[in-house]
Order: sequence, then C-alpha cells, then structure tokens
Amino acid sequence: MMLRYLIEKEFKQIIRNKFLPKMIVVFPLAILFFLPYAANFEIKNINLSILDNSHSPYSSRLIQKVASSGYFKITNVSDNYGSSLRSVELDEADIVLEIPSGFEKDLVREKTARVMISANTVNGTKGGLGSAYLSGILNDYSSEIRSRWVAASKKQDLNFEIVPQYRFNPNLRYPVFMVPALMVMMLGVICGFLPALNIVNEKENGTIEQMNVTPVKRFSFILSKLIPYWFIGFIVLNNCFLVAWLVYDLTPAGDILTIYIIASVFVLSYSGFGLVLSNYAKTIQQAMFMMFFFQITFILISGLYTPVNSMPQWAQFISHFSPLKYLIISMRSVYLKGSSLSELHIPFLALLGFALFFNSWAVISYRKKNN
Amino acid sequence: MIILLILPVIMLILFGFAITTEVKNTKLAVYDPSKDVATRSIINRLQANEYFILKKFIINPNTIEDEFQKGEVGLVLVFPERFYENLLHTGEGQIQLITDGSDPNTAITLTNYATNIVFAYQQELYKTTTIPYQISPEIKLLYNPRLKGAYNFVPGIMGMIMMLICAMMTSVAIAREKEKGTMELLLVSPMKPIIVIISKAVPYFFISAVNLATIIILSVYVLDVPVAGSLLWLIIISLIYIFLSLALGLLISSIVSLQIVALLISGAVLLIPVILLSGMIFPVESMPALLQWLANIVPARWYIMAVRKLMIKGLDVTAIYKELIILSSMALFFIIVSLKKFKHRLE
Repeated sequence: MMLRYLIEKEFKQIIRNKFLPKMIVVFPLAILFFLPYAANFEIKNINLSILDNSHSPYSSRLIQKVASSGYFKITNVSDNYGSSLRSVELDEADIVLEIPSGFEKDLVREKTARVMISANTVNGTKGGLGSAYLSGILNDYSSEIRSRWVAASKKQDLNFEIVPQYRFNPNLRYPVFMVPALMVMMLGVICGFLPALNIVNEKENGTIEQMNVTPVKRFSFILSKLIPYWFIGFIVLNNCFLVAWLVYDLTPAGDILTIYIIASVFVLSYSGFGLVLSNYAKTIQQAMFMMFFFQITFILISGLYTPVNSMPQWAQFISHFSPLKYLIISMRSVYLKGSSLSELHIPFLALLGFALFFNSWAVISYRKKNN
Repeated sequence: MIILLILPVIMLILFGFAITTEVKNTKLAVYDPSKDVATRSIINRLQANEYFILKKFIINPNTIEDEFQKGEVGLVLVFPERFYENLLHTGEGQIQLITDGSDPNTAITLTNYATNIVFAYQQELYKTTTIPYQISPEIKLLYNPRLKGAYNFVPGIMGMIMMLICAMMTSVAIAREKEKGTMELLLVSPMKPIIVIISKAVPYFFISAVNLATIIILSVYVLDVPVAGSLLWLIIISLIYIFLSLALGLLISSIVSLQIVALLISGAVLLIPVILLSGMIFPVESMPALLQWLANIVPARWYIMAVRKLMIKGLDVTAIYKELIILSSMALFFIIVSLKKFKHRLE
C-alpha cells in the first residue's frame, strides 16, 4: 500500500516540473522526426575539381561522362594544381581530377594514358569511395573507346558479372536501419538521465531526510523510483512506434510484443543503473557528469553508429557491458528480420542479468543514514 | 572536480581508438558447388584480405537465409555450378554477393570490397593479353594516406566533449546558485551582473583550457594524430569555442532556474544534435537541405571543420577565417543574450 503512495508522489513530482513532461513527450518525437535523415553514410554529391590541361575532345568527353554519372558535382574548374588544391583545402572540392596535357596524344599513339586523382581522405570512407567511383568511370570510358577502335574479331573478354543482393532491406533505406536504433537512444537518454538525477535531487533539496525518517523499506523505496520510469519508457516507446509508422512507414517485421518485452527489461536495467549512480553522487552535478560519461560511452560503443565488428578487441569487449547494445540488436532484428524472442534469448538474458544486478545494487547502496 | 579533468581524457582515448566507420573482420560464408581453380583463388583472395574472415562453407543453399537470421555472417558468396568451365566457354561468370542490407553502409562497403577483389582477379586472368586504350588513374590520397579513422574522428570528439562539458559546467553552476537562493544575494550586491557572471565563468575557462591541453597532447602522442598546421591558431580557435560553450551554458542557466533542467538541456538535449548534426560521424554534405541548414547553427560543426583544417590538412589561419568569424559571432550572441536575461531578473 505504501508503495502506491510513493509512486503517486513520484508522478506528482515529475508532472509538477514544467520541463520534464515536455522533454518526455516532445524530445523523442522531434529527434525521431528529423534526425534519421542525418544519420546517413551514403556518399553522394562528391565535389570535384577539374584540372584539364589537355583541352581535347577526349578529355571533354571524359569530363562529361564524370559529370553525368550522378556521384559527382563539378564545383571547381581550374588551370593549375595549386588552385585546385586550394579548393580541396577549403572544402569546396573533395577530389581533384587532373588530366595531363598529353592525354589525347598518349591515348591515340601509345594506346595508354594516365590521369591523376587526388582525393581528400580526412574522411577515409568518402575519399576512398570517391576515387573508386572515379576509377570505375575511367574504366567504362576506356572500354567504350576500345570497343570503338578495336575490331570485334579480337579474343573475347572474360567477364565477371557481380550480382549484389541485400537481404532484409533490398532498397538500402537508411531510416529503416536508423529509426529502431534511435528509439533505443531516446529510451536510453530519458530513462537513464532522469533516474540518475532523481535521488540526488532529493538529497540536495533535503527531501530525502523526510523519506529517511519514515518506515519505508529500502526495497520499496527503490521500486517506487523505478516503476515511474518504466511507465515513462512505455510512453516514449509508443510515441516512437507511432512516428516510425506514420513518418517512415515502418512497422516491425516481427512481433511487436517481443519488442515490448525486451524493451521493458532494458528500461528496468538502465534506470537501475541511473539510480545506482544517483545513490553514490553527492551533488546533482556529480551525478550528471557520471551519467553523461557512461551514456556517451554506451551509445558510441553500442554499434548504433559504427559497427562493433570493426572495433579493436578491447573495445568489443567493453561493448558487452553496454545495455544499449543488446536492445539495439533486438530492435533491429525484430524490425528488419522479424526475429522472435527465442532467437533473441541472448540479448534478453543479458538485459535481465543487468536489470537484476543494477537494481539489487541500487537497493543495497541506498543508505538511510549519512555516514 | 577531478572528474572534469579525467572525463575528456578517457573519452578521447576510448573513442579515438574504438570509433571507426571502416568495416573489418566480416565473417564470410561461401556456397561453392563448382570447387574449381577460379572459385578457389577468389575465395583465397577474399580470405587473405583483412576485411574478411572465412567462416564456413555452406552445403545447402537453402540455409543462407538462416545464416543471416542468426546474424553470424556478413557476406555470402554464391558461385554457380561449373563456374570456371562456363567462364572459359562463354566468357561469362556470374557471382552473387549477398549481404545483410539492414545496415546499408556496411552492406555497400562490403559489396564494394568484394567486387574490387574479384575484379583484381579478373585483371590477373587478363594479364596474358595487353589491353589497348587503357586509361590508368594515378591515385593520390591527400592528408590521410593510411586512411586512419582517428584522423576523421579526433576533431569530432574534441568538438563534442568540449562543447558539452563546458555548457554543463556553467549552466549547473549558476542554476545551483539560483536554486539555493544565493544568486539573489549576489545580484543585490553592489557588483555589476556582468562581473558576477564573468567571475562565475573564469574558473571553468581555466579547467577547460587544461582539458584542451591534455586533449591536444593525447591526440599527438597517444592517438598519433598530428597537429600539421598552426598550433597557435588551433589553440586560439579552441579558446573561442570554449568561451562560446561556456556562454551557451550561461544562456541556458539564465532561462531555467532548476539544476536538473539546466543539466538535462545542456547534457541530454544538446547531446544528440551535437553527435548527429556536427559532421562528427555523418558527413553534413549528404544530408537533406533542411538538416544542412539546421547543422549550420550547431557551433560544433564549425569548430570541427576548423580543427580538421588545422590539425589534419595542415593549413594556416587563412583557411579558417569563415569559421573564426562564425564562432566568434555566435559566442558574442550567446553572451549578450544571457546578459540581457540576467539584468532583467534584477528588476
């Protein structure tokens, strides 16, 4: 019975704060509405600086071919390497394509010619991929010339045909990949920061003293802190489902119940973790900085943005301790692959373990007396 | 307070090493019913590469779906029957590359890697005949020839850590005085509000300057990211950025009056746009126009651009005029607005 009143108190405290209810409702909606389109690695609109020393029909045909390929945007045409390089330095161009003055002559007489590609590789993926695209276009162009000049009687080419196939997301839509993960991030931010600030806030305001002199048991105290966040987690999750469905036309391929089950265990574990930090912190500031540190670590190491498999061994090891990782795996599997709970038993059990561990710790570390 | 000094160090080391968009160590499964010279050499080539690890041979093509469901393999290579024989007779050889498209970035990258490896083998088969009309590109990788992920991410992480920590420090310091009521005392004292506020910010400015020094030292000596350009201007623009972030914290705390709210705004609400829109992980140029516009008002974006130019590209101040002007005017804007707000409270 006591528990009911305690929970009622928590809800009242949350609703009375002018900011918290807004953050719980508006923040996830806004993020999910706008930001999945930002989380996009697709490399397009590569800016190209062209340095054509040849000024020949062959070189202009090549430039035309590059421009019409769809990957490149010619943002700079110059007549010396220095000014081309400057445009790369100022981020106006990503790649310089330099066609030497003897280009046509070499191609016609020697039957082989060179061009120079200088790619900005500060972002390795972009620079690498850009120069690969450009090489591909050069290849096409040379085989085009070849077929025009070399008689068909020559020995037949050996051709490999590569047929790529993308499972689960054949059109490679990015929101499909990012939305489920951003949902997890929202859950993590709200159900992580709020509990971390909760108990320590009562400490600073002195209201915890009042709680300490009541006969409330440690267990019911922690439970009364935990249950409201569980409830809030459901609100956040439902809002996210709604946006995913209405804006991105995205519904889980699998059973939505599976998501609810795993997500509810996640919220319990993560809020429990927040409460542990809150128990140990002496000031709100301390609690926030601690939670902030763990939050960023968990988010960046969870595979949300960059694949876990590419991380060094020790980082992969750390990623096992990020509760976010398990929910992200489950979320993506259910949304995209339609996995069921039995296929996801490992993440489920891991989260269950976290939930038990952190919440027992929260109960133990909550002390009624100040030592 | 010690946590304020240690936090950036741990985060920089952690993410400088761990965060990379490269795709490595992908588990490969092969369905190879022909088992001939050509298929074997293609498999060997893939295996010899650091991108792929050969996990298993699939006997029954119907189990490919299950492999992906289990999420163990990232790429399945499917050869037809009598691959080499057909290649010699018809000149055509078809290879299927099946990837898990649920992560489009990884899927495209893996397909590209594997395609390049297969084509390299094709070139080798060609070797006996010389091809006429060949245009060969000479590729030069500027600034980051070894394609190290840290070169791209270290400036981003610097931008993220400094912005958030500075904003959190100041916003909570003033909100705390407000919450406890001591702010009123300070404001009714004969000191001008501007002095009160600046004296609040000065200690955090020093802490941040120490953080900046440790971050730069760590980048150079631990993460091997050089300061190729002007160190002086790197420090100047970083100090402007720190000032800007502190001013942003002041602005937040001048609007709200509770510590929790101040911290949630400066930590949690700022966190997501700073990660997503700053160009730290995702290139801003690939975003839709609306988001690019939004990204322009994220200060971290300009700072990260400037740091990449100074540290990685090795340029001098002439390349970062634009960033300098934008960051300074943002800082000025924040500080003026927050001062206005504080004066208002005094009346």
